[in-house]
Amino acid sequence: MASTAAVPFWRSAGMTYITYSNICANLVRNCLKEPYKSEAVSREKVHFSITKWADGKPQKPSIRREKLVYVM
Amino acid sequence: MFRQVAYRLLTRSTTTTYSAGAAATVRRPYSTEVSTDASSGDSAFVEAWKKVAPNIDPPKTPIQFMEPRPPTPSTLPSKLTVNFVLPYAAELSKAEVDMVIVPATTGQMGILPGHVPTIAELKPGLLSVHEGNDVKKYFISSGFAFVHSNSYADIMAVEAVPLDRIDPAQVQKGLSEFTQKLNSASTDLDKAEAQIGVDVHSALNSALTG
Repeated sequence: MASTAAVPFWRSAGMTYITYSNICANLVRNCLKEPYKSEAVSREKVHFSITKWADGKPQKPSIRREKLVYVM
Repeated sequence: MFRQVAYRLLTRSTTTTYSAGAAATVRRPYSTEVSTDASSGDSAFVEAWKKVAPNIDPPKTPIQFMEPRPPTPSTLPSKLTVNFVLPYAAELSKAEVDMVIVPATTGQMGILPGHVPTIAELKPGLLSVHEGNDVKKYFISSGFAFVHSNSYADIMAVEAVPLDRIDPAQVQKGLSEFTQKLNSASTDLDKAEAQIGVDVHSALNSALTG
């Protein structure tokens, strides 16, 4: 791509550098051969628990394990 | 964390009451200029500590645990010291090599010992590390390279893999998939995502073939 432009194409589309670099990293991970691919993908997994609050009280927390999805 | 709050607030107040010139004198040193006698810590802090608690050793600050880097040598060193780090691993740690070639956004950039200090943004591409007749090749997704004046180079990438771990079939598949997506994309964001896909896969492709 034209690197001489003041702003890269992904930046003018509203992406941040973090988003851009994470997309790039994800694409590279998906192109790996098998033992390495699953290893690299599992490295990117995140675990988190979500608790919703209602009437000033926390509801039952739900634990989620999923692949990190990059959003802006 | 709050140890320097008073100091920072003070410098802030002087800059507002007097002039911006006061702030200009408080310059942070370059990484290569950091004094090498950080082992004893901040002398003013140590003195103040001794007044309050003469029987207790002052706590160590993070800088005291860091090994200082050598100053810029007057003669050109024969080797380049490279740190190549990923979020989950240190691929190269203080490796002494002859040359590295990094894929900067402005084009492939060769770094030899004695290179001028630079910061370069990296694009998806081939990173090669030359050590004698040995050439190690990695494909990196994106990142930054910092070249210091003392022939140290720090390269950081989000994902980097040796070339032989890349599956050519997946690359071809991805390339055709994203080329198709680029043609059918409607919004700017979709277009940019497809463009990134095409860029990454064609970089992978040319790294594998070339």
